[in-house]
This record gives sequence, C-alpha cells and structure tokens, in this order.
Amino acid sequence: MTAYEVASAVRDPELPVLTLAELGVLRDVTEEDGRVRVTITPTYSGCPAVAEMGADLRRSLLAAGYGEVEVRTVLAPAWTTDWITADGRRKLAEAGIAPPGRVGPVVLNLVPPTRRVACPRCGSSSTRELSRFGSTACKALWRCSDCAEPFEYLKEL
Amino acid sequence: MNAYEDLLDHEDAHWAFGTGFADPLTGVDRAVPSDVDGLFEGCLALGDDALVLAQRLAQWCSRAPELEEDVALANIALDLLGQARLLLTRAGEVEGAGRGEDALAYLRDEREFRNVHLVEIECGPLVGGDFATTIARLLVFSSWRLAVFTRLCGHADPVLAAIAAKGVKELAYHRDHAAQWVVRLGDGTEESHRRMTAGFERVWPYVPELFDADPMVDMADVRSEVDSVVDAVFGAAGLERPSVGPASRVNGRAGRAGVHTEAMGYLLAEMQYVHRSLPGARW
Repeated sequence: MTAYEVASAVRDPELPVLTLAELGVLRDVTEEDGRVRVTITPTYSGCPAVAEMGADLRRSLLAAGYGEVEVRTVLAPAWTTDWITADGRRKLAEAGIAPPGRVGPVVLNLVPPTRRVACPRCGSSSTRELSRFGSTACKALWRCSDCAEPFEYLKEL
Repeated sequence: MNAYEDLLDHEDAHWAFGTGFADPLTGVDRAVPSDVDGLFEGCLALGDDALVLAQRLAQWCSRAPELEEDVALANIALDLLGQARLLLTRAGEVEGAGRGEDALAYLRDEREFRNVHLVEIECGPLVGGDFATTIARLLVFSSWRLAVFTRLCGHADPVLAAIAAKGVKELAYHRDHAAQWVVRLGDGTEESHRRMTAGFERVWPYVPELFDADPMVDMADVRSEVDSVVDAVFGAAGLERPSVGPASRVNGRAGRAGVHTEAMGYLLAEMQYVHRSLPGARW
C-alpha cells in the first residue's frame, strides 16, 4: 500500500464512521525514501482530537513498514464542513448523524430559525434543534417530531 | 502498548486531559515577519482574552440552568481555549525568549496578563452575576471578537491571519448562541427581562475598554459594527442600551496595560495552581 492509502484509511477518533480523508482533514501525504510526511488540519481551533489523529496516523504508517513519519498541521485554508466528501456525507447519514448542508455564513438569528434538518432515521423534515452544541465541538443535538428519536447533526462550519 | 501509552510516548508535552498535547502550531510555517510592529503584544492580548474567558465559562460546567447549556458553555470555552493556545504559542514565538503556551498561561503573574477587564470580572455562577450576566458578556465579547478577527484575516503575519480565519466561524456561533438567549430572556417573563437588563448593566462599564486604540485594527470601525449588532439584538429582545458610565481606571490604565480588577488574582490562583505545585507533571 502507498503511504497515502495507509493514511487515508485512518479513522477519525470522534467520528469513527469517517476516515480522516472523508472528513477532509487529511491535506497531503508525501513519501520519499521510506520517509513520510503527513499534513492534517484541525476542524475547530480547540479540537482535542488533533493529537490523537497524529498519533493514529503515525502508528498506522509505522505498522505498514514506513520507517520515519512526520505529521504536520496546517491552519490555512481553514477546514469547513464543505471538505467532507460525498462518501463521508453518505456514511454519516447511514450512521444516524445528519450530514451538514453546504456552508453559508453563520447568521445572527433573532427570530426562531427556519432551517430544517432531515431526520437521518425516517427522513422526516419535521425536526427541531434541542441544543446547538453537542457531544463534540462539531455536532448539534436534534430531535425528530415524527419518529421521536433524537439524533446528532454535524453542523455547518 | 495501549493507545493511551502510545499517545504519551510520541507527544513530548506535559499538559492535557489524558494525553500529551503537541504544540498546536506543529508544522506550521512559523517565520516571523520582520516588518510587523506590536505582533507579540497583539497575540498576547487576544490570547489572554480567550484564555481568561474560557476559564470563566468553564466555571459554569454543572451549574448552568440546563444540561444543554452546560454543554454549550463548555464547548464555547473549548473553542476559546483552542484560540488561546494558538495565539499564546505564536506570541511566545514572536517574542523569541523561549516561552511556550504553558509558560505564558501558567507562569506569568497578574500584572503580566493583557486581557480586558470584561473577561475577568465575576459574572456568575458565583457572586457578581447569574446566567443572564454571563450571556450579556458573551454577546458583547463575541460580537467584538468576531469583528476584530474578521479584520485580522488580512493581517501581515500569515500565522495570525490563519488563526483569525479559523476562529471567525466559531465566534459567529458563539455570538448567535448569546443573541438567542438575550432575545429569549429579554423578551420572556418579567423576571427574565429584569435579570437580562441587570446583566447588561453589570457588564456595560467594561465595554469601552474593548475599543481602546489598537495598532492592528481600526477600533472605530469595529465599534460601529458591534454597535449595530448589539442594537439589533436589543431591539429584538425589547431591551434598552444601558445608561451606565465606564468603569474607573488607574491613571487611564486597565487590563491591556496589566492593571486588573480584584477578581483576576483569584482566577489565576485557581487556573495556575496545579502547574505551579507540580511543575512538569503529566498524567
């Protein structure tokens, strides 16, 4: 396997249904004489998973036989949810996490928001936000009014 | 070797909850531009604002009015802590004296901190305010910081510009969260309206310091943006702009000059205690 194939198969520690490549945080993998340099970018400034991503990448590449692995972080261009691949969006929905829409500016809501997120279980658009902030920095908590199930929503950034 | 040991073995850092933290700017091109004045002070001030408010917001965890709000305020604190780590790391690098994020966060004394008074004052959950007071502060602070970061996206230092661009959307979420609570409480019951009003009266004397002249950003321009945001929220919430004067200063100096309120010493004592008691500890 090439270094890119190994790195792109590493899963996100907080959203293990996605690989780092599908999440869009894997920016570059270069390989020269068995020496690999991987470039990743954080989702949020305070994302505590970045150190784990680096350790997971390093472990996987060393296990695949690469002798020297360097993981670099870049801040620009900043990650947005538009970096999540089409496959990534499908896998999120299959795992019961509503995928983000396409990114527009985060607006100041002074009236009840009209945005509707489709329930990833039953497809109903009769859903409501329970909490803008969820179990990780990147998710919000919603509930479906039809099937009554709560679900997570990967919010646009 | 389990995954936890693996993390510790590979990351040569001391502080984390359960892992070693790598320098948050690892691998970023860190060349310091030679022609930018005030970069150290600017990064330090913005980093200290975020660090201190993160500490304040974290004090709400398990004390907020509802579980979702515990999570929300902790998430906002985490975003700000991430911004603080990036900015303090950059400040240390620009200074060139070998101080990293930990040295700047844990080993400076009160007079060396450059945060504004607004972020350090007690706004609840202890004496000095309640949830509405904290929300009033968060609305003003996040509106101001978003306006500042938007302008810093084009800064001559590419690292500061990238940190600002990264933070803009986070701050927009914080501002929106605060604005929704201000509308809900201001336009809610008589009691919630009274407490939201009291919250803004509590924080208002500390707002003018945010707009003190700054070499990096045109603060008059920032002020007009913040005014229009806050006025729009007040309008939707049925609140009036408070008519209280600015807080007093010492010979014109306040937080940006290292002159702090009584609350700051207590805050730092709590924040710095473990690091100073157990230098270099890791877990």
